[in-house]
Amino acid sequence: MAVAHGQSKGLSLWGGGVHPYGVSHKKFGMWLFIVSDALTFSALIFGYAYLRNASSNWPTPFHIFPSIMVSTLMTFCLLSSSLTMVLAVYNAQHGRNATAAKWLYATMAGGVAFLVLHLNEWRTLINEGMTVRSNPWGDSMFGGTFFTLTGMHMFHVFTGVLYLWLMAYRITRGRTDSEGVEVSGLYWHFVDLVWMFIFPLVYLMSVDMGGGH
Amino acid sequence: MSHGVAGEIAHRIESMRVNYIVWVWLLAVTLLEVFLAYIKVPIHIMLIALIGLSLFKATLIVAWFMHIKFERRSLVLTLIPALTACILLLNIVFPDSFRLKKMAEHRTEKAAAHAVEAHH
Repeated sequence: MAVAHGQSKGLSLWGGGVHPYGVSHKKFGMWLFIVSDALTFSALIFGYAYLRNASSNWPTPFHIFPSIMVSTLMTFCLLSSSLTMVLAVYNAQHGRNATAAKWLYATMAGGVAFLVLHLNEWRTLINEGMTVRSNPWGDSMFGGTFFTLTGMHMFHVFTGVLYLWLMAYRITRGRTDSEGVEVSGLYWHFVDLVWMFIFPLVYLMSVDMGGGH
Repeated sequence: MSHGVAGEIAHRIESMRVNYIVWVWLLAVTLLEVFLAYIKVPIHIMLIALIGLSLFKATLIVAWFMHIKFERRSLVLTLIPALTACILLLNIVFPDSFRLKKMAEHRTEKAAAHAVEAHH
């Protein structure tokens, strides 16, 4: 609206008083956060890849059954939660706040399912003898990089679930508008996006081929 | 006026339909990735395929779910090229990982040679 107002008066797009990017400060702020967070995850992924490439004894502890199947199910949970997030934004934009809140709860359910499955997988690996300093399969750096990378992502999912709960609470009581839900959606989709790199590079690239490492 | 509203609703329904299609694509590509791991593709081909497929999935998510396809070009040009350049610059560390690997191999060979010498 401010854009149209500014442009109709012949103001310069970059002269102040208008939105040159055509988005509100809230949404733009989230985009800037996402860019900085993308760099954090990129650094972690590159660190993992660096150590893996430098090692001649990198562990490949994951089997198709059950590890990869469970992590595929985790991926399905996150992808589906992204779709329910889209539905939440869609309903919020149409003024159906109660329905939007329901879809937000569905999105949270996807996130919680992901967390439960992931924590169970951590428990299995820890029971097999994996710690941040050592593991029974090979290079000792695997545990530290694996727990850091997946732990950082899990922390993002956890905070995302809290964020969505807050948005569901606020939109039900009319304390936020559809843009608030849309901005929380940006964060949730970003968390989903990061997993699209962690899943193949950490899990699928570490499948036990059955012939040693 | 009513035609405009009807048009907008039609557009929204259409855009939701596209979101369902994007979701199906994301699931299908994920299954393809798992299939590649299952049939045990050689590791270098696997790496290239997985990076390519992950970038494809990331593009779908950013473009459709995160709506960047519908944002103003100034926003896209401010965010995406700078982020891409920064991520590509991280590749600068990789040559060092090859050096580290060679050093470790050299150290192992040397230790083995010393062991043989000590045995004799």
